[in-house]
Amino acid sequence: MVTGASRGIGRACATALAADGHRVGVCFGHDDRGAAETCAAVEAAGGEALAVKADVADPAAVDAAFGQVEEAFGKVEVLVANAGINRDGLIMRMDDDAWGSVLRTNLDGAFHAIRRAAPGMLRARFGRIVTVGSVTALSGSAGQANYAAAKAGLIGLTRAMARELASRNVTANLVAPGPITTAMTDALTDERRQAMTGQVPLGRFGTAEEVAAVVAFLCSDAAGYVTGAVVPVDGGLGMGH
Amino acid sequence: MDRQEVLAKIADAAVEVLGVERELVTENANFKDDLDADSLDLVEFVMAVEEQFDVSIPEEKLEGIGTVGQAADMVIAAQESPAPSAAESGTSA
Repeated sequence: MVTGASRGIGRACATALAADGHRVGVCFGHDDRGAAETCAAVEAAGGEALAVKADVADPAAVDAAFGQVEEAFGKVEVLVANAGINRDGLIMRMDDDAWGSVLRTNLDGAFHAIRRAAPGMLRARFGRIVTVGSVTALSGSAGQANYAAAKAGLIGLTRAMARELASRNVTANLVAPGPITTAMTDALTDERRQAMTGQVPLGRFGTAEEVAAVVAFLCSDAAGYVTGAVVPVDGGLGMGH
Repeated sequence: MDRQEVLAKIADAAVEVLGVERELVTENANFKDDLDADSLDLVEFVMAVEEQFDVSIPEEKLEGIGTVGQAADMVIAAQESPAPSAAESGTSA
């Protein structure tokens, strides 16, 4: 199950997991066309996909989405909690809705998905949980108080899961992307993008596929001894944090 | 459903969820000491029991479940005072 899978990093994760032989639940919030494109990409990679529409902020919707995927593919053993939004703004001008909606989608959404997935993973004595954080969780980012707070919250959530579920062979890890070329960063001004690029040691934005490759590794059998890790995929931007 | 029936169903759930031998699941068997259940096992067991009996066992009561018999008593108590979610579903075991 990949949440936020209608585009960007989520789509790339769905495709990478399909290439590794997984059947993929493509969970999306509102972009039906994007989800259909993800399903097509999964099928092109030789996999099977089922698109399920759910606002991750709504636990009942998440429950229903898992139900649909379980009916089609069986218990969910791999969860990539990727769904995220941003509503940037300086804190003096950040209203309660901008704060709350980002926290609800980015942090509560992961909680809802993990809580729903955990019993099946416990029973299977196998599970892989990967949350998608951000370099800003540790470095901070002006204008992103809500986003950085939610992403930092994901680290605690993920590590709590790593401890809570470890005895059942369930791992939980977080990937922390730096600037990645997606619709979210397409919204930046050229000036801002250039400034960010200048701070990245590797001197460029990353691609969604480069994040997905790390996610797929953390979901693989090869990563069986990795849990509670915060894995940067940031071109070196977060070094030292 | 009388207490013996509740006990029998609870024993079924314990055998399935905890993977223990049926004869070990006596009324006085302690989940932790006799059935080797840890906290995750206990939560899984309680979720299975909640589903089977269509009851809701409050989080704070989990601590009080020591033995199989205590689990049965908790189910019986929950059936007598159904939680809102159980009542809304319109069914009872």
